[in-house]
Amino acid sequence: MNKLDPKVKIDIEEILKDLEHYHPRRKGWTWREKPEGGVYKVEKFEFKNMTLPLKNSVPLPAAKYFNNIDPQPEPVITTEIASGRFEDDIRRMRMAAWHGADHIMVIRTTGQSHIDGLLEGTPEGVGGVPITRKQIRASRKACDLIEDEVGRKINFHSYVSGVAGPEVAVLFAEEGINGAHQDPQYNVLYRNVNMYRSFTDAASAKKVMADAGIFQIDGAHNANATAKEGWSVMPELLVQHGLNCAFSVGVGMPKSQIGLSTVPPCAPPSPKLWYDLPYAVALRDIFSEFKFRAQQNTRYIEADIEEATRTHVIDTMISALTHADIQSTITPDEGRNVPWHYNNIRGIETAKQTLVALDGIKELIKIDRSGPLGEMVRDIKERAICLLEEMIEIGGYFAAVEKGFFVDSARYPERNGDGIARDSKGGVGAGSIVEREADYYAPVCSVFGHNHLPAGTKKPCDLIDGCTLCKPEKIAYIDEIDQTDNCNLRLEKTVEHRKGNSIKPEAEWAGDGTVLIQLFVPEEVEIAKVAALEMAKKMGLNDPEVINAQVMHPSEGTFVEVKGKVGFSIDRTTLKIPPKEEILGEDEIRAGVKKVGLTVVAGTVGEDEHSVGLREILDIKHGGIEKYGVKYHYLGTSVPISKIVDAAVETGADAILISTIISHNDVHRKNMKKLHELCLEKGIRDKVLCMCGGTQVTREIAKECGMDDGFGRGSKGIHVVNSLVKCLKAKGKI
Amino acid sequence: MDDVRIQKFEKRRAELAKMSDEQLKARFWELCDKMVEPMLDYGQRFTSMSIERSVLLRMGIDSVTSQGVVSKINEAGLLGKGAGHVVLKVSKKNNVDIREAAKLINNDITVLKSL
Ligand code: B12
Repeated sequence: MNKLDPKVKIDIEEILKDLEHYHPRRKGWTWREKPEGGVYKVEKFEFKNMTLPLKNSVPLPAAKYFNNIDPQPEPVITTEIASGRFEDDIRRMRMAAWHGADHIMVIRTTGQSHIDGLLEGTPEGVGGVPITRKQIRASRKACDLIEDEVGRKINFHSYVSGVAGPEVAVLFAEEGINGAHQDPQYNVLYRNVNMYRSFTDAASAKKVMADAGIFQIDGAHNANATAKEGWSVMPELLVQHGLNCAFSVGVGMPKSQIGLSTVPPCAPPSPKLWYDLPYAVALRDIFSEFKFRAQQNTRYIEADIEEATRTHVIDTMISALTHADIQSTITPDEGRNVPWHYNNIRGIETAKQTLVALDGIKELIKIDRSGPLGEMVRDIKERAICLLEEMIEIGGYFAAVEKGFFVDSARYPERNGDGIARDSKGGVGAGSIVEREADYYAPVCSVFGHNHLPAGTKKPCDLIDGCTLCKPEKIAYIDEIDQTDNCNLRLEKTVEHRKGNSIKPEAEWAGDGTVLIQLFVPEEVEIAKVAALEMAKKMGLNDPEVINAQVMHPSEGTFVEVKGKVGFSIDRTTLKIPPKEEILGEDEIRAGVKKVGLTVVAGTVGEDEHSVGLREILDIKHGGIEKYGVKYHYLGTSVPISKIVDAAVETGADAILISTIISHNDVHRKNMKKLHELCLEKGIRDKVLCMCGGTQVTREIAKECGMDDGFGRGSKGIHVVNSLVKCLKAKGKI
Repeated sequence: MDDVRIQKFEKRRAELAKMSDEQLKARFWELCDKMVEPMLDYGQRFTSMSIERSVLLRMGIDSVTSQGVVSKINEAGLLGKGAGHVVLKVSKKNNVDIREAAKLINNDITVLKSL
């Protein structure tokens, strides 16, 4: 397989073949490309900040009203995909790329950062994926195919942290990983890795990353995710970013390769902008030479998907108002489960939709520093500098961490005493670093620190006739270690769902059977939750679980979401897929219309005042049936059925076309039936065709109600005239 | 104690108030650079099992073997010489290639004795 076909599913087994000999086709990070001249012109629009469009993509839903344009914003868009089974994630990566993601992050399985060494093979992960050579190769190989399909490079990303940082960095450099998190402070504060070990390892890891062009993202955002009042730790966040940046530059990483991971720290119902905007501006002032990876808030996201999305729109607006090189997305279901397929897509769409909508915002709106904003920006910077000064005063970084200076939830210089303190002699890997001796050397490239190579050595790896970074063919590939836990076994179990005829709904993994039901239960929340569970059981769901309950009113009712699993699957071969309507040639249609002098009467019936849809079907300006020679008598809106039938009799029309947009209480069905029956009554039903359209109308419903045909959203005149001609032919009139 | 800290903060802040935005920025970076000096020094002078395993990986030795080899070298007290250096020596001394040398060390720690 060297090319994907949009109509065919990606073949995972094929991807896994011959991985032993796969090598990445490029290394380093790729930014989006701007069109020549900077302005992107498409249809009637001129975008200021868009990049080159994709070859294949799924545009926003409303795009159908805008000739299906799919403008691609300037920032790279990130989505995090790590369901525990990379083989299922690959399919999600493809969906994500089609929606506009070009930065795919894979978070590691729980506990991997405490594993002293590399993992191999493809064991199943929990809350993430075990990052191994095979997993990376397979995913990267898939990304190669996917990027060719969508026509834009995909950056593949994971984490260089924990006690095996340097090895992971080498693995990533060898396998062409394009971006990675690396921040020794993260190990110290959140993974309790010994601080000396963490920094010593980080220096080596960063050097490898720098040379391999791996874009680095820091870990400061974790402080907002941890502190109860994320917005209070803003001064400290500046310090954390500053230390990782300065350390990375000290190791030799170019500033253009260093990204700040920053999150607007607040959320409504606070006046979010008053915290998040000054913070964003302060950061961009101080770190103007570095790159910005803007993340969306997770701290205050729980079970409500819509709430998450609304907050994320505002987060993204802050990116647009200030600046972001990478716009990361948080899936809106992040607070309630390991993300599901379609929630990755929702996250991506939130970012894309917001950034497209806000295109060129800086030409319209300016940030006003003269007022309170300027003061707030200044305040954050000054507090951060004072914190740095205090740290130096008490003995530097290591001493400050011992004293719990970090992730204290109070606003500096206040202290709540809830900071994370670490003992410099404790933690994972304490006492494990060893001083390099006078004859220490490492005969490979990308080594940081003292390397006393034998005199006369030009390039370190000359000593071994090339290292893996120079000669990829030297990389030692291990396929599987655990014969009882690997992707081959998992794939065997799901093959019928992926390649066979068994169709099952899924949220994360092939064949997982997971579904979500949404109910409004007219009871108070505690009763509603239990009732909803019972309802789910009665619907036949296995393992039902309430994952969201939102009070609509303390006694009137509750909105409940229940997830569960279905025990069945559908056999594809038993499905009756309605054949796609074949449209007759225009000449044939015109000839048919002419032959009978096709005339119709039309109107919106009942009490319905909606006219737009039917006019589009009739009117020549919209490509309506008039264009094909059909003559019509339009009776307007709120037309009684009897009137339209009488009109048909009077004019000798060949057909009656009614529109029923309102479908409340099934009035659309009632009106269709009424039309059919009245025509029967008047003895004209076999002489006149009856057709109906409207948003809730389908061919099936219309036929059930006695119509000859029915038309829903997106119908065009051609579809209608096509059907009219076909029906007349069937009746032998043409 | 906290009062003292807050007072110091106020004093520091009064100093900063005199600075322009550009000066503030410069001060921020000056302090950060100073703060990371000792960490960079650690990175220069020290090594770890993970760093050494990362060297062996680059020499074409697989991760499982690297794990054993570096442990053995550490046990023998030779980590400070560099695991890559040690493996290279073993390979030369026994006239075998790098991967073979790694295997030798893994199978029998005594090959490290006489280096
Ligand atoms: C514009 C609009 C109005 C305008 C109508 C102006 C006008 N002259 O038509 C105004 C503001 C007046 C209006 C009023 C109301 N509206 Co209104 N309105 C809409 C809106 C926003 C767009 C409809 C539209 O024009 N779409 C564009 C056309 C091109 O699409 P279309 O109608 O689907 O038509 C296509 C197909 O359905 C099909 N088709 C349609 N008719 C026919 C007929 C034939 C013969 C064929 C072959 C095909 C065909 O082909 C068309 C072209 O592709 C929709 C919401 C939405 N976004 O869809 C609500 C909506 C249709 N309205 C709705 C309602 C409830 C009302 C009101 C009752 C509200 C109220 N309580 O006052 C009143 C109606 C009063 C009345 N007596 O009818 C509901 C209907 C709900 C339902 N399914 O029962 C909707 C869906 C909004 C909602 N969710 O509440 N509305």
